[in-house]
Amino acid sequence: MPLQSVNDFVVRFANVNGSGSASANELFARSVLRMGIPVAPRNIFPSNIQGLPTWYEVRISEAGHRGARGGGTDLMVAMNPQTWAKDVASVVPGGYLFYDSTRPIPASQFRDDITVIGVPLTAICNREYTDPRQRQLFKNIIYLGALSALLDMDVKAIEKLIGEQFKGKDKLIAPNVHALHLGRDYATMNLECPIGLRLKACDKVGDRIFVEGNSAAALGAVYGGATVCAWYPITPSSSLAEAFGRHCARYRVDPETKANKFAIVQAEDELASIGMVIGAAWNGARAFTATSGPGISLMQEFIGLAYFAEIPSVIVDVQRAGPSTGMPTRTQQCDVAICAYASHGDTKHVLLLPEDPAEAFEFTAQAFDLADRLQTPVFVLTDLDIGMNNHLCRPLTWDDSRTYDRGKVMSAEDLEAGKEFGRYLDVDADGIPYRTYPGTHPKRGSFFTRGTSRDRFAKYTEEGDAYVDNMQRLLRKFETAKRLVPAPVRHDAAKPTRHGVIYYGSTSPAMDEARDLLESAGHHVNTLRVRAFPFAQDVVDFITEHDFVLVVEQNRDAQLRMLLSNECNLDPMKLVPILHYDGTPITARFSAGAIGDHLNALKVTPLRKVGS
Amino acid sequence: MTYIVKPKFHHPSLPKNALGYTHRDYEGAISTLCAGCGHDSISGAIITACFELAIAPHRVAKLSGIGCSSKTPTYFLGQSHGFNSVHGRMPSVLTGANLANRDLIYLGVSGDGDSASIGLGQFAHALRRGIDMVYIVENNGVYGLTKGQFSATADRGSKSKRGVVNTDSSIDLVAMALQLGATFVARSFSGDKAQLVPLIKAAIEHKGAAFIDVISPCVAFNNHAGSTRSFDYVREHNIAVNKLDFLTGRDPITVDYAPGSLEIVEQHDGSRIALRKLAPNYDPHDRLRAMNYLQESAAAGEIVTGLLYVEDEADDLHENLNTVATPLNALGEKELCPGSAALDKINAGLR
Repeated sequence: MPLQSVNDFVVRFANVNGSGSASANELFARSVLRMGIPVAPRNIFPSNIQGLPTWYEVRISEAGHRGARGGGTDLMVAMNPQTWAKDVASVVPGGYLFYDSTRPIPASQFRDDITVIGVPLTAICNREYTDPRQRQLFKNIIYLGALSALLDMDVKAIEKLIGEQFKGKDKLIAPNVHALHLGRDYATMNLECPIGLRLKACDKVGDRIFVEGNSAAALGAVYGGATVCAWYPITPSSSLAEAFGRHCARYRVDPETKANKFAIVQAEDELASIGMVIGAAWNGARAFTATSGPGISLMQEFIGLAYFAEIPSVIVDVQRAGPSTGMPTRTQQCDVAICAYASHGDTKHVLLLPEDPAEAFEFTAQAFDLADRLQTPVFVLTDLDIGMNNHLCRPLTWDDSRTYDRGKVMSAEDLEAGKEFGRYLDVDADGIPYRTYPGTHPKRGSFFTRGTSRDRFAKYTEEGDAYVDNMQRLLRKFETAKRLVPAPVRHDAAKPTRHGVIYYGSTSPAMDEARDLLESAGHHVNTLRVRAFPFAQDVVDFITEHDFVLVVEQNRDAQLRMLLSNECNLDPMKLVPILHYDGTPITARFSAGAIGDHLNALKVTPLRKVGS
Repeated sequence: MTYIVKPKFHHPSLPKNALGYTHRDYEGAISTLCAGCGHDSISGAIITACFELAIAPHRVAKLSGIGCSSKTPTYFLGQSHGFNSVHGRMPSVLTGANLANRDLIYLGVSGDGDSASIGLGQFAHALRRGIDMVYIVENNGVYGLTKGQFSATADRGSKSKRGVVNTDSSIDLVAMALQLGATFVARSFSGDKAQLVPLIKAAIEHKGAAFIDVISPCVAFNNHAGSTRSFDYVREHNIAVNKLDFLTGRDPITVDYAPGSLEIVEQHDGSRIALRKLAPNYDPHDRLRAMNYLQESAAAGEIVTGLLYVEDEADDLHENLNTVATPLNALGEKELCPGSAALDKINAGLR
């Protein structure tokens, strides 16, 4: 029986990269959005420019589930012969396979339990176009046209989007609309339309926006007052620095002088990037870098300097699968441990863990306040899934009464008035000393910044007592950080339970859905979304009040769990790791299934397994 | 090093510069380097240069890496903020600092290990970017703090104190600086204050990336027979292409003006350098010739000193980035934050 579903299914496009498919596929996702139906698209792409397999998955969910669903594809648009067999195999029983039927494909290459829909795309293109480039590009639009008929889409919405997309290049609009109708007309005349999967206009998108995490984080840096950005190209973070450049060109150019209120340097490597950030921050500018795991590895020495010399610096780490070059275009949460303890010696760093682009915007802006207030490096840990995919999320907001917290900076007036200045003097018992910017006062407030040990007045010393005194103050400062970082978000089950789940970052959308799946299967868990390191007392309390806490994350070594047991003095046996680290985004069905299995094993509610 | 603390009081008739500061106002903490270290002479030259230029000490930011040379910023300009960063990475920290506040004077102090070995990359890229700075390498061809290993500027065939002969080719930072686009390139000798002080003054007044390689013998590990960085060797093989008399707009007095042998170099800010040519037909405005001359002299076993190249109207990184005149670190939310109305529009564009 062919699958029947309205506004709740998964479409996957299998393409060859460099074939121009990305914009057509995104057009599909946006068209669904314009019909008022929430989508969650994910791009699965190779570290390559042309010729390798790439997939674009669009989850359509009227219920608004934003995570990957898992459990296969309902409609496969199989445009890549290289991955044909795997793509056909991944279709769920009863699902649909859409393919280019120009060349006959032997029956053995298909399956009996799915509906096969052939459209002679190449033949249509060859008949219509002579230019090879046009044949390739319009093929993508033609399959989109065919899908619009098969899925009963609002063709006007697609036409409108095409008009918006080619605004300014207006002569491209008509040919694209024409190609769209070539596909649509073929399907209407030759195929049974619509199929069992259908799109029906509704009103579930609301005021939500559709944005990539990297662009949102870059906007957060603009709003947060960053003026210096130093970076080195690395997937998946490059588009963050590039977006910062674009946003600055729009919002940070002085209207009168046309001069820039920002400086962006593409450095020679990540060591130089972080060095420039530290130099700029030392000199009183808000500065940041965007990088990924390998960059973090290279920055270790400098991060230790920033920690020990107490220089505010913001590092956005868009995580990808490691170790080493790993899988550069696949997502993971594998830099949690290295960022938390970056550099040699005893170090601990503040980590912010946004769940989506909206939080990436907020946390990146907040990171500059925290870095200035705490005079220390602050990491914003996103990942490829958040950074390089468009996500449907709440609109970005900014309170115009908000001012930048530049932290404890002594002014020329303070110094002139004779205020005592000791660069590493803990005057307020919060572990945070005062600093001065270079050039503040002719006679007072200068000091020597160094990575070597020093006393409270920044004078070089190798005295053990002075060293210990300083290291203890840095610990006090870290305690202060616990009160300033974003608090965890708790969600209690409908019924009392002794089991908890902790998760963070891009795991969140899948986990939100998994919670519902678990509940409908009779498993009740309280959940806590951790949003920062160091952990606030709420996190410790949550763990202590449950018998077992499952920690869901996307890495092999259960890195957040390690931090929890390490930093909160908790029995590791209480913390059960649930791990997903194959480089694809964690899915709701995986999370619900794995958590359900564990709860079953604990013989709490021995019900049927959840999901697949 | 000495353990005698300098008295704080000084003679009331001590000469003052245009800002009313005495030479003492430009000094720093007592040096902890070995007695006779060439680096201390360079610190002395920096102090004299800043005093004579009447620079407000707190308007200088001094940055360094790691090593003996990088320790020296503690020993001069005690009223300036200093930053002893990490090994070989001073140029990036200085670049960032410069981006944050274009109004200060940036003085980068490094050594041959710091700049030619571990930091060769950052050295090169800072010069490429044309950061407005004075970059001084205190070049002794040896690792002093770790006791006598060769650095990358040690000449091939030179002998270490332990008798080991260096078989690696040496890096000439001056040749590199010329190739990389530095707009002020000079070499001097720590023992030649008459040459060094005007060079530092000219470098400070130069807008753009100014590089000075100062040969500075290491009395502890590289001042023996067989070394090509010893006092004796350098004195014997030094060939100066020119001598400088430095003239600022404030004090336009030429000394020893002899027509035919003097060339006035006017810098971007209006300051002028008078070059007394020693080498015939040496033109410090010709990058290509400078590179050739350097190579020819090196082949002849001569160490060329003096101002080798200067571009009078140089660009700096801020110009290339078209940054506002106000230092970036002085901009607040009013100047930087686009506000909620702009964000509403951004949201609307994302639907």
